[in-house]
Amino acid sequence: MMWAAVLVASLGCFLEKYLGYLVPPAVLENRRTRRVFGLMPVALLSALVAVQTFATGMALELDARAAGLGMAIVALMLRAPFLAVVILAGVTAAGLRALGWAS
Amino acid sequence: MESEAQGTGRRAIHAKALSIAVATGAYALSFGAISVSTGLDVWQTQALSLLMFTGASQFAFVGIVGAGGGLVAAVLTAWLLGARNSMYAVGLNPILRPRGVRRLVAAQTTIDESTAMALAHPEPVSNSRYAFWITGAWIYLLWNAGTLVGALSAKAIGDPSTLGLDAATAAALLALLWPRLVERQVWAVALAAAGVAIVLTPVLQPGLPVLAAAMVALLAGMLGGRIGGRNTSP
Repeated sequence: MMWAAVLVASLGCFLEKYLGYLVPPAVLENRRTRRVFGLMPVALLSALVAVQTFATGMALELDARAAGLGMAIVALMLRAPFLAVVILAGVTAAGLRALGWAS
Repeated sequence: MESEAQGTGRRAIHAKALSIAVATGAYALSFGAISVSTGLDVWQTQALSLLMFTGASQFAFVGIVGAGGGLVAAVLTAWLLGARNSMYAVGLNPILRPRGVRRLVAAQTTIDESTAMALAHPEPVSNSRYAFWITGAWIYLLWNAGTLVGALSAKAIGDPSTLGLDAATAAALLALLWPRLVERQVWAVALAAAGVAIVLTPVLQPGLPVLAAAMVALLAGMLGGRIGGRNTSP
């Protein structure tokens, strides 16, 4: 099942790219359409960040992940490179867990 | 003279492409590690980088799988996130005019960074094409190499939560989102979408709150004409 999902998801993402080379440009001349396309990743990524940080299954929890995200925000505001942001967030959460200060 | 100037231009483009590719290689390290920690095996992780090859969709796919969100929600979210690549392709088509096999390769290489590089070097059009292809090629190479190294190291390390890889996933997604948060309307959409996802988490199956948040983009895009009149460019 996992393989099927990986392949179907990948095929769809490829077709999205490919179809863009086949459709007439007029399709995306509509400003509303362009705005929806532009805002879609913002909404989805933001929702994913929220869920990834505060949800465990269908429960909401405040735990070490939130501290990790806080650290990531600070790092991003200081213009840290991508890998530093990710590692700092991970280390923060792992450290709090190791100390027993958060689950 | 002209070709000499073009040569210098190309060297500069090549250097920029390479530095962007090295940075995305670092993204790929964390993608490989996070993917394996959420339960995909090394081959499945590599297949995503080889075949899907669009970072946000890949991170979202493994993030939702890891959160127990189900495969259907993971696939749909990956598709929705990949939809922006269609828009990029429409914009690149008059520059690249790819046909046949080249069109297949161009399509696979159509991502945020290669599009941005092509559009950043509009004159002459041959440089624009060069910027697209060289950026896409380097990123494809380093993205896949980084994924493999990340996946193999995570496999060697083990338990994701003691390493904080769950927090690292959220941080990686936020870092992908961050450069887009430039206008007030975009911030509003981001916060509203996060709010919708949180409120719906106790009510809907995992994976669905994120899909529901896509409605925020739809509504804001349809209704928000007067706010932030410029569209969000690639």
